[in-house]
Amino acid sequence: MKIEFKGISQNESFARVAVASFVSLLDPTIEEITDVKTAVSEAVTNSIIHGYENKGGLVKVEGYITGSEIMVIISDEGVGIADIEKAREPLYTSRPDLERSGMGFTVMESFMDELIVESELGTGTKVTMKKIIKH
Amino acid sequence: MFISFKVNQDKLIVFLEGELDHHSAEQVRSKIDNKIQDNNEKNIILDFSKVSFMDSSGIGVVIGRYKMITAKGGKLCVVNPASNVNKIFELSGLFKIINRYKSISEAINNL
Repeated sequence: MKIEFKGISQNESFARVAVASFVSLLDPTIEEITDVKTAVSEAVTNSIIHGYENKGGLVKVEGYITGSEIMVIISDEGVGIADIEKAREPLYTSRPDLERSGMGFTVMESFMDELIVESELGTGTKVTMKKIIKH
Repeated sequence: MFISFKVNQDKLIVFLEGELDHHSAEQVRSKIDNKIQDNNEKNIILDFSKVSFMDSSGIGVVIGRYKMITAKGGKLCVVNPASNVNKIFELSGLFKIINRYKSISEAINNL
């Protein structure tokens, strides 16, 4: 599945519900759905706040199911990440002024089985996450 | 997210209902900060009983209120988060510095 929406905070909930509906095809537990929803919420929020610096832009969410594994890709054409390793450091945030906790990537890593972050300055960022639904 | 308040002596009780994400965090932040500014309650009790979803944006807003109230010599605590919300709190390590109680009365007695 593929959806594209305006990078505004109102759409964070929409993205969560869309992916939750999609992952429901694998008959997950409530906890598994919540884990995926939360990870998606983090990635989409990052695109909105950091990728597009709260100025809007299109956020793309793709979902793929292979066997019992769900893969979700969240991408934007925003400013990109200069230092991906630094960004992934727990509690590091480039926006402490916005009361960001710096935990986004930590949540994605903990709640999903695999996380790949690709980015290019001035071009955009692509976050790929996978989870095996065991139920 | 729906936010309402109750005051118990020097404690501001904040009832949160709905989803706490980046979109609703700003609202939570300004409503609580404005309330404290108006009445200057010393402590904050955050009732999470009706919070159905929270991501790390919620952690950010809780930390922000914690910093604000402790700078004024007060305390902040969290009441009755559901298991999914609790999971994010545990991941953040926030319960090492903020107390969690099962009910508002327990929070009032211990604050």
